[in-house]
Amino acid sequence: MSILAVMEQRAGAWNRMSFETLAAARQFAKELDTTAGAAVLGHSIGHLAGELTPLHLERVYAVEHALLKDYTPDAYTIALRQLLELAKPSLVLFPHTYQVLDFLPKLAASLGKAAISDAISHRVDHGQLVLTRQLFQGKVNVDARFAGGAPHFASLQAGAYRADQLADGAPHPAAAVENFTPRISHSDIRTRPFELIRESRQSLDLAAAEIIVSVGRGIKDAGNIPLIEKLAEALGAEIGASRPICDAGWLPNERQVGSSGQTVAPRMYMAIGISGAIQHLVGIKASHTVVAINKDPDAPIFEVADYGIVGDLFQVVPALIEALQQPR
Amino acid sequence: MKIVVAIKQVPARDSLWRIASSGKWIEEADLSYEINEPDAYALEAGLELKEAHGGEVVALCAGPARVAQTIREALAKGADRAIHVEEEDGRALDPLATARLLAAALRGEAPDLVLTGLQSDDLGYGQTGSILAELLGLPHATIVMRVEKLDGGIRVKRELEDGWSQLVEMPLPALLTIQSGISKLRYATLMGIKKAKTKQVRRVTAADLGVAGPEGAPAASVTIERLYIPERTRHAHLFEGDPREAAAQLVEKLRFEARVI
Repeated sequence: MSILAVMEQRAGAWNRMSFETLAAARQFAKELDTTAGAAVLGHSIGHLAGELTPLHLERVYAVEHALLKDYTPDAYTIALRQLLELAKPSLVLFPHTYQVLDFLPKLAASLGKAAISDAISHRVDHGQLVLTRQLFQGKVNVDARFAGGAPHFASLQAGAYRADQLADGAPHPAAAVENFTPRISHSDIRTRPFELIRESRQSLDLAAAEIIVSVGRGIKDAGNIPLIEKLAEALGAEIGASRPICDAGWLPNERQVGSSGQTVAPRMYMAIGISGAIQHLVGIKASHTVVAINKDPDAPIFEVADYGIVGDLFQVVPALIEALQQPR
Repeated sequence: MKIVVAIKQVPARDSLWRIASSGKWIEEADLSYEINEPDAYALEAGLELKEAHGGEVVALCAGPARVAQTIREALAKGADRAIHVEEEDGRALDPLATARLLAAALRGEAPDLVLTGLQSDDLGYGQTGSILAELLGLPHATIVMRVEKLDGGIRVKRELEDGWSQLVEMPLPALLTIQSGISKLRYATLMGIKKAKTKQVRRVTAADLGVAGPEGAPAASVTIERLYIPERTRHAHLFEGDPREAAAQLVEKLRFEARVI
């Protein structure tokens, strides 16, 4: 087998991004004229491995161990190193999740390699894989190749590949599930993980808001926030914010929109001075209409916007407030 | 507690990005530089731990001569001394090569805690910290939102997706990658700026550290083929020019075309 997709599960439930990785593994395998397989790690995960067998894979590895029940970077690295010795893939693909970000660099480094992380697309050039990733928060793209021998490692950005294409295709014989028990001992594991916790949902539920005016770095200073409050008032909107605004304490964390904040689905989402990092965009993709106000015409936010004004928010926002106060 | 904070200097966020004629990097001529934002929070976390528990904060930074400015700022904010790994061609380094330089520079330091930002604002690999932990043989945690000192170890709060988080305990020495927002950033005081001038900066090169490859830097496991400005797939109806006219046109469209307000 040549391309291995490492799936992510927690407490028996899939991280759905894993299926995008699986779709990518199959697509890469087709274009590179090789085969694709999948692996899932954990404890009592036989049923999860079973779900993968109809998905046009050569083999599915169920990597089982009581010490893989709760994720630790040490146990995952040890288990995957042993699996790679057995499966000998040329390329190992991961979803670019927080968990993968925690162990993949360590795993690759233990084999003398660096991964190409957070890739957004690929092409095959003379039988070699070229992966595209983003630099400078999405302002510049880079095409990169692996140097040195296999196995190579890459993680894929959320949404870069489509999981809904997995079911397509002619009937295919079910893949065999291979159970693999890695050798891990308690003393290998240096970190002690506790239960997952979720901060009690704050009173503010942006997910229910019909109109959201959201503010980003472009606002420059906490003292300028009242300008946004005035606009929100004129629109009858809730106020949201990108991560840096909440990190700086200019607005409370409960107003943060994006992958580490709230996911929203308003009738209108107005992004002011927000460049549109991927972590923010994933939180607003269910919005009906997106409006962006930004001085940089190349800001990624304009790619998802329906309407926009390219200009200085300190001139545009007061003009908007005035226009909104005009009778219809 | 002896704390090393690995910091990186990156182009300022509002830079104008132009691709260099080589196609392998950006045009650096008119860029201004600043500390990588998550690294500023890692430094803050280190300084607060030192203030609470005593010890020393050592700033570690790899890069060309211009990074001396970022090192001076870290010293002015309260780092006790610094290590500057002089590396002219840092942009070409993949995260493993960078981590090898940093690990070699820490030989003989024996820190209790190594901190760095969770990722860089320029290359954005998000790997250097976790690789450095592997090279130094340390337990680690990434995307850390809180650090508490325990007897013989630490308890940290890791951020996970969708508002979830997790507490993790580990013995020292250890390595943590810090999430932006872990604390409020301090400003350097006038006294701090003055004192920074007298603090020690140890300068080393890849060759001094014995990790130089044939071209001076450690060998890469990722090669850059080309950089380019991505084509924008834009369908937005954009209004430009006079702000008042643009605002009036936008409100008109939102009322009568999109009918969302």
